[in-house]
Amino acid sequence: MAQVKTQEYWRWPEYRKTVSGRDWHKADIITAGVDIGSVGSKATVMVDGELYSYAIMRTGGVSEDTAIKVTEWALEGTGLEAEKLNYVVGTGYGRVNVPFAKRTITEIACHARGAHYIYGPTVRTVLDIGGQDCKAIRCDERGKVLSFLMNDKCAAGTGRGLEVFADLISVPISELGKVSLDVAQEPPPVSNTCVIFAKAESLALLRQGWPKEKVAAAYHSAMAERIVDLLTRVGVEKDFVVTGGVTNNVGIVQRLERILKIKPLEPQMEPILAGALGASLFAKALYEKEQGLR
Amino acid sequence: MMTAGVDVGAKMAKVVILKDGHVLSRAKGLVGFDILKSAGDVFQKALKDAGISRGDLQRVAATGMGREAVLQKPPINADEVISEVVADAAGACQVVPTAKTVIDVGAEEGRGIKVEGGKVRDFVINERCAAGAGTFVETMARALEVRVEDMGPMSLRSTNTIPMNAQCCVFAESEVVTLIHAKTSKDDIAKAIHDAIAGRISSMVLRVGVEKDVVLIGGVALNPGFGPPLEKELNTKIIVPEYPEFVGALGAAVIAANPQR
Repeated sequence: MAQVKTQEYWRWPEYRKTVSGRDWHKADIITAGVDIGSVGSKATVMVDGELYSYAIMRTGGVSEDTAIKVTEWALEGTGLEAEKLNYVVGTGYGRVNVPFAKRTITEIACHARGAHYIYGPTVRTVLDIGGQDCKAIRCDERGKVLSFLMNDKCAAGTGRGLEVFADLISVPISELGKVSLDVAQEPPPVSNTCVIFAKAESLALLRQGWPKEKVAAAYHSAMAERIVDLLTRVGVEKDFVVTGGVTNNVGIVQRLERILKIKPLEPQMEPILAGALGASLFAKALYEKEQGLR
Repeated sequence: MMTAGVDVGAKMAKVVILKDGHVLSRAKGLVGFDILKSAGDVFQKALKDAGISRGDLQRVAATGMGREAVLQKPPINADEVISEVVADAAGACQVVPTAKTVIDVGAEEGRGIKVEGGKVRDFVINERCAAGAGTFVETMARALEVRVEDMGPMSLRSTNTIPMNAQCCVFAESEVVTLIHAKTSKDDIAKAIHDAIAGRISSMVLRVGVEKDVVLIGGVALNPGFGPPLEKELNTKIIVPEYPEFVGALGAAVIAANPQR
């Protein structure tokens, strides 16, 4: 029997980067934030409160193993070792499973803090779209959480919903957003909320002869509308920013902008890192407190 | 008087032919891409089994998600359309005259209906979320790599209670995979899945209240693993009539036979 090779369209790239030219040997405080999400895990290393290196990978079956792997990967090639980290904070869905973390902090607090770091003190509303949840967070000028709303019960409006759709129309997930924008006119959104039903509806549209791009547009537009519902319940105040893995999908981000009529701020670094960055910053503050430095 | 009820569901089409309150024939089949054709084929089969033709039927009523597709269109030529809730109430009270609560769980919808003498007093529907419908069990069967009809018997073999955290069908799929990796027995996982859907259905039905007798109908009622956890959740005995999946079609046929309602 011939082996059928199936492409995993939902699979997104995993990578690591060193972004700072600083010499960590001369640093006072080296901290790390480890964000074990439901789908993706992120580790950021900070040298004196500045992003030094990071890694992004898929969360495996055992969160502890993923936590160790992603942190070691972030350190790879830098000469740094896990023992040299002064303080590590774990966050995300699997935060209790970060073996070397001294503290765990909720991803809500970390995302607000991380967004404040990425985008600056003018941020008031953070929308975090992750693998299996979506959070709308209001925060103050210090990056402190004032209120939030979250959907973690339903796959509609999360990255997982996009993965399912990527497989359905056989388009790699990293291309999906671009493909969804390749329409002359926006079609009516898919009417079903539930991902399972929306998938069946999309399949029916494909069978009716709709091109992939048009079905993708209908699916993305429904997802964007659903996210906006959550967002408007918590209230949108400027500046508005988007974080989390789904920021890599331009089809969702542009539609959010279109519906809300607010342009989100341009990120200076990858917004998928917001949770891990927030955790690294909390780690620095906690270390300073521990050492009596402030 | 001879009438027919045609229930065009999300997954299956069901047809009941009724003569003076007695069922002459029943037929069911999958609803394909062409709704009219697949429902029409099931209809023709029911006619053939009853030994009659369309001309012998005084009235035909259609219900279910695809009911509009068969209205006044051959070969069914339905004379009227009836909502699922109304058809369910009429059908359930026909088979269980003492029914006060009807729970209908189909492939893509769940309904809880308070009834009195075949009439609807109140109802609640879930048509938005697959986690409270038959699709949930089907999707989980695929994740477990077992046949959907084996799911119920498997769950009945388990005595362990494993809570499922996920409420969403998509998330539950990942959770099932995690449980498989953790070497949980498939019987235990099957039970967890049935407990989960029973929990979803019961919390929906409790919104209209539960009064005896409680009748469970729809395709999911054929799954022997679903009744026991639902009885436990609702803390009441549940009656599953013979041919539970045909109750909606039966109700439509009953209503078609009774013009002055």
